[in-house]
Amino acid sequence: MSEVLVLVDHVDGAVRKTTAEMLTAARRLGEPSAVFVGQGYAAAKDDLARYGAATVYLAEDAVFTDHLVAPVAELLAELVSRTSPAAVLIASTNDGKEVAGRLAIKTGSGIVTDAVDVQQVDGGVGTTQSVFAGNYTVTTTVTKGTPVVTVKPNSIAAEEAPATPSEESVWVEVSEGARAARVTARAEKEKSDRPSLTEAAIVVSGGRGTAGDFGPVEAFADALGAAVGASRAAVDAGWYPHSHQVGQTGVSVSPQLYVAAGISGAIQHRAGMQTSKTIVAVNKDEEAPIFELVDFGIVGDLFTVLPQATDTVQQSKG
Amino acid sequence: MNIVVCVKYVPDAQGDRAFEADHTTDREAVDGLLSELDEYAVEEALKIVEAGEGEVTVLTMGPEDAATAVKKSLQMGADKGVHVLDDAIAGSDSVATSLILAEAIRKIGDVDLVLTGLASTDGVMSVVPAMLAERLGMPQVTFASELTVEDGSVTIRRDNEAFSETVEASLPAVVSVTDQINEPRYPSFKGIMAAKKKPVETWGLADLGVDVAHVGLGASWTMVTDTQARPPREAGQVVTDEGQGGEALAQFLADRRLA
Repeated sequence: MSEVLVLVDHVDGAVRKTTAEMLTAARRLGEPSAVFVGQGYAAAKDDLARYGAATVYLAEDAVFTDHLVAPVAELLAELVSRTSPAAVLIASTNDGKEVAGRLAIKTGSGIVTDAVDVQQVDGGVGTTQSVFAGNYTVTTTVTKGTPVVTVKPNSIAAEEAPATPSEESVWVEVSEGARAARVTARAEKEKSDRPSLTEAAIVVSGGRGTAGDFGPVEAFADALGAAVGASRAAVDAGWYPHSHQVGQTGVSVSPQLYVAAGISGAIQHRAGMQTSKTIVAVNKDEEAPIFELVDFGIVGDLFTVLPQATDTVQQSKG
Repeated sequence: MNIVVCVKYVPDAQGDRAFEADHTTDREAVDGLLSELDEYAVEEALKIVEAGEGEVTVLTMGPEDAATAVKKSLQMGADKGVHVLDDAIAGSDSVATSLILAEAIRKIGDVDLVLTGLASTDGVMSVVPAMLAERLGMPQVTFASELTVEDGSVTIRRDNEAFSETVEASLPAVVSVTDQINEPRYPSFKGIMAAKKKPVETWGLADLGVDVAHVGLGASWTMVTDTQARPPREAGQVVTDEGQGGEALAQFLADRRLA
C-alpha cells in the first residue's frame, strides 16, 4: 500500500484537530505517514499513533522553522521523491497552503486547496471544495504528479485507528534561496480559555449590532463552550481583534453550530460561515440577509435575547 | 525602487457567480472588477514609491475586460500597465497563472518588489504568491499586515492563529499584503484623467516565450469533474422576540442537542 504524507499541524507539539482529520482521510488513500516538523514531538506522539500514523518522519532542525514556508516545501519534495506517496495532505492554513503551492511546482503536481472531503476515486484522488462563498460545491480529480491537497479544518470527522508508528529522522540540505526569508521574531498570541475558532464545534459571532459591546456574545459563547467570532464591520470598528474575524478575509469556519448576533450577513461574512451545519441568527432587522441562511432566527435585540438564552442554557445544565 | 503589482479581474462577489458548462468560472454573467483584495497591494505600492522614489507597474492576465483592473490601478496612481492577453490563457489554474505571471515579471525586468493581494476574491486559493516566489527564486514574504522597505530589505508582520511573526528578507522579494495593511484610496478626478495617458502594453504568450501547451484548461494538472449549486438551505424558522426569544433559542438548541 502506498504511503500518504500528512504534514502535522501543531504548535510546539500540541497537535491541532486538523491533523487527526487528515490522518483519517489519509487512511482512505493508503498508509498514513506523519511528517513532524519542529519541536515538541514527545507531546504529539500519542495523538499521531492514535489516529493511525504508520510512520513518523521527524524534521526537528531549526532551519525548518526559522524560515518562512520554503524549507518545509523542500523537505516534502525530498520525501515525495523518496516515497512516491499516493498523496500529500496539508492543513488549509496560510502556511499550509503556501507549502502546498511550492511543493506542487517543485514536483510538477496538481494542487487542490480547501478540500472539505478527500476520497479514493477512479484514476486517483478526488476532492470536494466549497466555493463562491459556499454557494457551489466543486469536485476535482488531480490528474498529474502526486496530488497535493490542503484540507479545511473541521470538515472530515476524525476516527481513531491506533497504530505503533516507526520513527525516522529526516534531513534535507535546505537551499540558500529557501533560507532567504527569515523569521526574526515569533510572539505567541494571548492564550484564551475558549476553543480556537477553526476547531470549535460551536462559534458565536458578533457584528455591528453589538455596538462594540461583546459582553452578551462572550457570555453566550461561554455557556455553550464556544469560540467567539466577529464580523468584518466589528473588527474594522476596532471592537474585536482581527484574529477573530469570520469571513472572506478572516477565518473560514465550519462548526456544528454557528450563532450570528447582530450580523447582517453580507457576502464577505457568508463566505466564512455558510458551510456551518446549523445556523442561528439574532438580528433586529427582519430583512437582514442572514435570515435566508438560518435554521432558526430571532428578530429581536441581541442585548435581551442572548442574556435570556444564556440564563436558560445555564439553568438547564443545573 | 521598481514595483510590480499583480492584480486580477474577477466577477463581482456581490453578484450571482456561477460556472460554465466546462466548469470554468462564468465571466459573463456577473460584471467584473479589480479584485477588492488587490487594491491593498496597489495602495501599498503607491505608498512605498511616494515615500521614496520609483515606479509602479501593474500586471494582469485575462480576457480583454481584464484591462478594467489595470485601468482602476492606474487611476489610483500606478505608473504603467501590462496586460497579458491570449486566447490560450482561458481556464488556466494557479500553476499556469504563476508561470505566466513569472515570465511577465522577468520580461518587465529589474524588479525590486513584486506585490500581490492575499487572495483573489473568486479562486481564493492564496497560493499564487508562493508559487511566484518559487518560480522566480525570490524570497517569499507573504500575508503582510505591516510592511517596511528600507536599505534593500523588506520586513513584515505576519499573523496566524497562534503567533505574530516578524519576517525579513532582502530584495528582490515577493510580498503579499492583507486587508489590514492600509486603506486603499479612491481614484481622484485628476487620477482618472491622468490614467488615460498612462502606457499599457499588451503581451501575448509568444512575447513571454510561454508554450501554449503549458497553460489553459487543457494543461491543468487538476480536473474539475463537477460543479453543483449548493441546494438552497431549507427555509428555517424565524420568530419575532416578544419576551421569550432567548428561551426559544435555548429550547431550539436543546432539541438539537447543541446545548
